[in-house]
Amino acid sequence: MSLNLADVKRIAHLARIAVIDAEMPGYLQQLSNILSLVEEMQAVDTTGIEPMAHAQDLVLRLRDDVATEPDLRAKFQAIAPQVESGLYLVPKVIE
Amino acid sequence: MINTSLKELSAQLALKKISSVELTQTFLGRIRELNPKLNAFITIDENKSLAQAQAADGLIASGQAGPLTGIPVAQKDIYCAKGWLTTCGSKMLHNFVSPYDAHVIEQFNRAGAVNLGKTNMDEFAMGSSNETSYYGKVKNPWDLDAVPGGSSGGSAAAVAARLAPAATGTDTGGSIRQPAALTGITGIKPTYGVVSRYGMIAFASSLDQGGPMAKSAADCALLLNVMAGFDLRDSTSLERDKEDYGRDLEQPLKGLRIGLPREYFAAGLSADVAQAIEAALAEYRKLGAQTVEISLPNSKLAVPVYYVLAPAEASSNLARFDGVRYGYRAPEYTDLTDMYGKSRAQGFGAEVKRRIMIGTYVLSAGYYDAYYLKAQKLRRLIAQDFTDAFARCDVIMGPTAPTTAFNLGEKSDDPVSMYLSDIYTIAVNLAGLPGMSVPVGFGANGRPVGLQIIGNYFSEAKMLNVAHQYQKATDWHTRIPQGL
Amino acid sequence: MQWEIVIGLETHAQLNTLSKIFSGAPTAYGAEPNTQACAVDIALPGVLPVFNRVAAEKAVKFGLAIGARINRRSVFERKNYFYPDLPKGYQTTQLALPIVAEGGTLQIQVGDREKTVRITRAHLEEDAGKSLHEDFHGMTGIDLNRAGTPLIEIVTEPDLRSSAEAVSYAKKLHSLVRWIGICDGNMQEGSFRCDANVSVRPMGVETLGTRCEIKNLNSFKFMEKAIDFEVRRQIEVLEDGGRIVQETRLYDPDRDETRSMRSKEEANDYRYFPDPDLLPLVVGEVFLDQARATMPELPQAMRERFVSDYGLPAYDADILTASRELAAYFEDATATLGEEAKLCANWIMGDLSAQLNKEGFEITNSPIAAGQLAGLLKRIVDGTISGKIAKEVFAAMWAGEGDADAIIAAKGLKQVSDSGAIEKIVDEIIAVNPAQVAEYRSGKEKVFGFFVGLAMKASKGKANPAQLNEILKKRLAG
Repeated sequence: MSLNLADVKRIAHLARIAVIDAEMPGYLQQLSNILSLVEEMQAVDTTGIEPMAHAQDLVLRLRDDVATEPDLRAKFQAIAPQVESGLYLVPKVIE
Repeated sequence: MINTSLKELSAQLALKKISSVELTQTFLGRIRELNPKLNAFITIDENKSLAQAQAADGLIASGQAGPLTGIPVAQKDIYCAKGWLTTCGSKMLHNFVSPYDAHVIEQFNRAGAVNLGKTNMDEFAMGSSNETSYYGKVKNPWDLDAVPGGSSGGSAAAVAARLAPAATGTDTGGSIRQPAALTGITGIKPTYGVVSRYGMIAFASSLDQGGPMAKSAADCALLLNVMAGFDLRDSTSLERDKEDYGRDLEQPLKGLRIGLPREYFAAGLSADVAQAIEAALAEYRKLGAQTVEISLPNSKLAVPVYYVLAPAEASSNLARFDGVRYGYRAPEYTDLTDMYGKSRAQGFGAEVKRRIMIGTYVLSAGYYDAYYLKAQKLRRLIAQDFTDAFARCDVIMGPTAPTTAFNLGEKSDDPVSMYLSDIYTIAVNLAGLPGMSVPVGFGANGRPVGLQIIGNYFSEAKMLNVAHQYQKATDWHTRIPQGL
Repeated sequence: MQWEIVIGLETHAQLNTLSKIFSGAPTAYGAEPNTQACAVDIALPGVLPVFNRVAAEKAVKFGLAIGARINRRSVFERKNYFYPDLPKGYQTTQLALPIVAEGGTLQIQVGDREKTVRITRAHLEEDAGKSLHEDFHGMTGIDLNRAGTPLIEIVTEPDLRSSAEAVSYAKKLHSLVRWIGICDGNMQEGSFRCDANVSVRPMGVETLGTRCEIKNLNSFKFMEKAIDFEVRRQIEVLEDGGRIVQETRLYDPDRDETRSMRSKEEANDYRYFPDPDLLPLVVGEVFLDQARATMPELPQAMRERFVSDYGLPAYDADILTASRELAAYFEDATATLGEEAKLCANWIMGDLSAQLNKEGFEITNSPIAAGQLAGLLKRIVDGTISGKIAKEVFAAMWAGEGDADAIIAAKGLKQVSDSGAIEKIVDEIIAVNPAQVAEYRSGKEKVFGFFVGLAMKASKGKANPAQLNEILKKRLAG
């Protein structure tokens, strides 16, 4: 499967990474190289093999429903880029 | 003092031959002197460290000391430590002073250890040379032209140059073992789930695992005793009884079956590394072990599988770095999408962006089955290889890395060749097994060679025993780089 | 052309847990912004999710209540997209293996017939935060208190054929989630939110038309209006020879219209994959048994029981089982009364409900308790008062003047059942209204009511109606 510039553009947008046009060919080259590296996988028949998502075959632990976390807003927002009236501020969201 | 084992340092502290403050000052002094050459640390905060040392001296005086009380430990900058700048090697977190402690940090604090500073690392742990750090390259103390390996290269260089008695690392595809090998120190990545990932900034959640990096296996055992432990805040943390990882250190190796995977001694392994490994194996035979040839037939798939799964998880794990709640936000932007795009483009370095983009691609509509799902299926085959192998041997041995440390800049323009330097370590993460690296000599260029020891699940105590017995018989682990 | 309307609903119901689905932050509504958003909720680097047992219990209860298959092993996945109210850059949800699988249904009442709505699935997920668009120097404020609140998203098959059916389903679902105690159902606070997938197709055509998803249906009234608008819009587009574009549309109640949300349309590639931080959620036999054990009698079963045990019409049974509290009130009152369930039903659905609605009370804080209402109805049954007088007593009870018996005694409202007294009244009325008597006797039996009215008035309403009728008839017959 080969990559083209439109793919790189689409991926960069999905990943919210601003890539200027001049950088595109470089990304295309590097990402294509990585894809050729992983291409080797396709040669192996994996019919009937269960995907392995976790290192250990275990089940989820269940936590009791107790509210344990105190309000640490002041502490958390001390390291935020922009806050006002306890809210995180971002450029206007258009709906 | 700088070459003294943790056990001996602890004894000296207990006997008041030295105080924790003095010990800490000694290492802070070495950092002041040598770090400018090595760039092993991102953050040093002498006041914080000394305050902890003072508190530790209080504990020692009142008879409440444990084995690590008063011992300075350098912390990889991937672990969130309350009040400490925690950057993960990235510009994205250049101003992130963590409001909380990682479980590993809490464990060290509880043990009365001293945080000696935060060590440099590849950005978000993505790299094998420590050249991707926003805070500059780390240099290999054995040869300042060489890389220290990565991603825990700062910790490795700090221990190798004796800027710290011990350090922590994390290992997603070899990030403890490969730098340990390249700098001639000992490091162990435990079974997945043994060390809590809470507060360890995530790279690839299903592969990441923290572990110690130190001068010897015996030191690693003491550190792992503190680092390991069940933690409710990590759903993948294993609920197991506390164990003493040093309990079997002195067991003799007679009858030990060492499996040698054919695939790890094939083309691609440089001759000088092969030679040092053979010599180490000869030493093991002298210690009563026997070697058997085994096969891990899907080994060659480990790198491809890893470079699908790890970037996929990373692309999602790193989505939280968006310039909204903490970390870097671009100074200028036109709208929300532009703010995201620019903050992430400017906040992340090239390798991180590459991996996020590859990860995004392999998960995207139309490619998921061919890449992500396929890789997860192959992951099972790779894990199965080890299960089969452990039916025939107690531990597996081979080289940690195919070559000794390469030169700075040698592979930084060629990501794929860089990825291949983890060819022997990656499969262990995919399987979730424990793995370690032990120094076993030097290559043709005088740079260290590491022997990888892979154990079955939860066999850390056995592996440390195997490493310790070798270290009792040899002195590679006591060698210190000269001429710094 | 005749058009058929096809609607499927997706409902997000917040589970009423004390803490969030993956963190220990509290879930209470209305706190100061970001004071209930802990390290996990704001997605600090390094933090990890830990799953809340009660969220699973409540989801399983829902699955059992609708008769769905429960997936013994369900998997959390990440839905990746960037939005400021989504701190991690992904929503943890379930896709391939939801906790509640297929097989669930809900019966709705459409006119006088029942209809079965099939529920495709219901999955666990986390809620997002809120964007506040008031002007902060041209910026948007983000409050993450709601982020991480547990939700189940309940998805129907496209089984609904009108806005009325959609509303009927939504109301039934709303009643059910409250009934089994998994959601407070507060629509103003956003605890219960519906999105509607609407399409139209020419009557008789099998394939589905292109659908639009309408969001922001935060009341039943808006749901009805939004769907009606959207149906009209789609039919107009199609009849003008246009085609429907699949998109998300937002209902604007002020303008009573739906409009396209273009911002949500771009490149929806969510890159779902199993969350590596969360292991598979396994629901074992013990867990299921516990959920079953704490399950109240379900509305459908209760409805059937009300018909079979109390002899109520299906319509009454349906209304009385609209909420657990209402059903309990009915059962309490009937038990106290000991008979005449239909009379109880009539009073609860009639006078009591009307008064509660008018005064803005809920059944749970009704000024007239079930036992008190039964006390009133007892006096109708035993002939102490007429139904009409009972209304007067009811009003006095509502006003807090005491129990029925006390009011009847104090106001002297006891019914006159002394036939001599009634005969006397009747004779006087007949005597002074010869013209009407003649009319009645000539066959205009309608005039009978006139006499009843006069007699009742003369008795101040206390005459036993049955007795009065009998005596009147006899005397008028001459």
